[in-house]
Amino acid sequence: MEFDFAAEQPKFLMLLYGLIAFVAVVGGLLLLLDVVPTWFARRREAQLVAAAAGGGPVPRRRKQREGLFAFFFLLPTLLFLAIGLVVPAIRTTLLSFMDARSTDWVGLDNYGWMFAEDSIFRVLINTLIWVLLVPLVASAFGLIYAVLVDKARFESAAKSLIFLPMAISFVGAAIIWRFIYAFRGDGQEQIGLLNQIVVSLGGEPKQWLLDSPLNTFLLIVIMVWIQAGFAMVVLSAAIKAIPADIIEAARLDGTTPWQMFWRITMPSIRPALIVVVVTISIATLKVFDIVRTATNGNYDTNVIATEMYNQAFRYGENGQGSALAVFLFVLVLPLVIYQIRNLRKQREG
Amino acid sequence: MAFARSRQALAVTGVLGLALGVAACGTGNDKKSDNASSPECAAYEKYQGHDGKKVSIYSSIRDIEADRLDQSWKQFEDCTGIDIDHEGSGEFEAQLPVRVDGGNAPDIAFIPQPGLLKRFVDSGKLKPAGADTKAMAEQNYSPDWLKYSTVNGQFYGAPLGSNVKSFVWYSPKTFKEKGWSVPTTWQELIDLSDKIAASGTKPWCAGIESGDATGWPATDWIEDVLLRTAGPEVYDKWTTHGIPFNDPQVVTAVNQAGTILKNEKYVNGGFGGVKSIATTSFQEGGTPITAGKCALHRQASFYANQWPEGTKVAEDGDVFAFYFPAIDPAKGKPVLGGGEFVAAFADRPEVQAVQTYLASGEYANSRAKIGDWVSANKKLDLNNVPNPVDKLSVGILQDEKTVFRFDGSDLMPAAVGAGTFWKGMVAWINGKDTTTVLNDIEGSWK
Repeated sequence: MEFDFAAEQPKFLMLLYGLIAFVAVVGGLLLLLDVVPTWFARRREAQLVAAAAGGGPVPRRRKQREGLFAFFFLLPTLLFLAIGLVVPAIRTTLLSFMDARSTDWVGLDNYGWMFAEDSIFRVLINTLIWVLLVPLVASAFGLIYAVLVDKARFESAAKSLIFLPMAISFVGAAIIWRFIYAFRGDGQEQIGLLNQIVVSLGGEPKQWLLDSPLNTFLLIVIMVWIQAGFAMVVLSAAIKAIPADIIEAARLDGTTPWQMFWRITMPSIRPALIVVVVTISIATLKVFDIVRTATNGNYDTNVIATEMYNQAFRYGENGQGSALAVFLFVLVLPLVIYQIRNLRKQREG
Repeated sequence: MAFARSRQALAVTGVLGLALGVAACGTGNDKKSDNASSPECAAYEKYQGHDGKKVSIYSSIRDIEADRLDQSWKQFEDCTGIDIDHEGSGEFEAQLPVRVDGGNAPDIAFIPQPGLLKRFVDSGKLKPAGADTKAMAEQNYSPDWLKYSTVNGQFYGAPLGSNVKSFVWYSPKTFKEKGWSVPTTWQELIDLSDKIAASGTKPWCAGIESGDATGWPATDWIEDVLLRTAGPEVYDKWTTHGIPFNDPQVVTAVNQAGTILKNEKYVNGGFGGVKSIATTSFQEGGTPITAGKCALHRQASFYANQWPEGTKVAEDGDVFAFYFPAIDPAKGKPVLGGGEFVAAFADRPEVQAVQTYLASGEYANSRAKIGDWVSANKKLDLNNVPNPVDKLSVGILQDEKTVFRFDGSDLMPAAVGAGTFWKGMVAWINGKDTTTVLNDIEGSWK
């Protein structure tokens, strides 16, 4: 296919406008952040100089103004949080107790529907499988890899290999893996890596994404592929942060590598490990792109986030979609609370 | 110091960007109709008087097709001074309700699903079409078509483009080589399939994978067969839930479709077994025909655009289509199809002028001449349709014997027609039995 630059011009213009707008907004903010405090600092400096020259008392910094100043900078954030988070959250919760057109109250009907409908129950089960497996497998992979490559030759090269998938969007990753799982009939040239391997070993090509529950596990592999790099980088940094004297002391006491791992490394990196597991858990609960791109929730692979989108935006079932959203929110909430408490404890400790 | 300078540089860039952005916004095009009184504009006289007004249109039509649209109403714009601002979106069905509910509705939307149109009527957002538009539509379109944009006796907009779905694609070249002839009855179709199967080639190929719309080609199959086994009256009751989704007549139709789609001897030519239909993309579904690995592919007229580059689509070419034959010719010539409707969220005079113009024969001919377009507009002159498949389609749509029915999944509530029906068909291809699938879909229709 030929690429006609002229025909695609509107898109490039759009891209250019986007870039310009980005530079304008970010540049403007930076300018504001730079100019305003500088102005105040200069003024204060001038006051100090004047006071020093006049021999009068040094003017005291007024507390009130500082508070105002902080409020001024917090205002946009507060405003955006209210518009983008608080109001929609309240509205979604209200909608979840209303019917499809959001006109009449239906009580808990939408929540009852969620557990009564077989296909939706399947969605909940799938999400459970995801959230149990992904954090566990991804963290385990990341941890093992981090320990293995620690202080090895080519450590940074080995690490970037695992970290690279992090740079790929979920949709991109799902498309890549769809090709890996791709199927062509027996006797034809396979375009999918996995089937080609199977065929070269003398097997028959298989439609990987078609059979439940195998397909859910194959989709989970995609998520693990992306997230393992994240786990590895954080955990590797934590391992490097273990004080050298502890390790040296342990060595002097003659610990085996096995003991070293369980008695020294694991307890030392525990806080980092918790952060990794919780972060990946939250990302997994919200997984949407991978399922939508790879199977669109067909063949019993649906998860809460994709079903929520389908119900609310495709089928016009606002109530049911909102109920799923609220349910997802409730599932994520304890993880977030746990994470925050943990962070606070760490800071106090 | 270096740090401070780099910050300054950033700030300068920011200001520069802002200035550029403003400059770019300033260069809008101010259109004026200075040729409104020229002779070419005589046909547009009745739409004049709205000079300088703007009408926004939102649709699912993008890229080349969108450029062709802009080209098709260019003269109308020049002569009336109405500026039509068309925006196409790949997420049209999901975004339109968001825009409408958000108070940002377009003036006009090309809605391909009568079910979605009805949803907007029910929520009171759609404006009924004006008297001129209605008169123009009644003049140019058959009642079969108009009933799909009529809700509770109120008319909401004329059809625009159409497509014919009752087509079977084949290769005239291969047919000639092998001495096969184009079947004109259902029995001949099955006989031909058996003959091809006996020769060692799987006769049929299909693909229903279509991203987030996976399953729709299979729903078309079912609808087309139901129209043939049970007839249009039963079909109408089925799409409006006058009979349950799992009515015995529907079970019969689905099983009849299954004698082809779930027949390991018949499918899936060029791809594998029955289950490969589920993962083969709609775009690729018929391509084995060009490689001689499959002989028949039931798909709509718009499949003409999916053939590999260099494929000649014509009666004497590499590929062409024939009418999916009726089972009982006494029940007429059932045709399944689709199309979009020009519905308006505003009733300003210039919006109604555009609506009326789009329903006119002038527009249909203007658009058809640019190519790759079919309409059920009766004023459409066959000579203005350049493409052979489109010509065939227009011929079928204008045929007196044709009993036209709109794609059923577009008539049902979206939760069924674009949800459980699609997903149910995927499960059906993937091995679930007919009754279970139909019962599940019926259960989801509230």
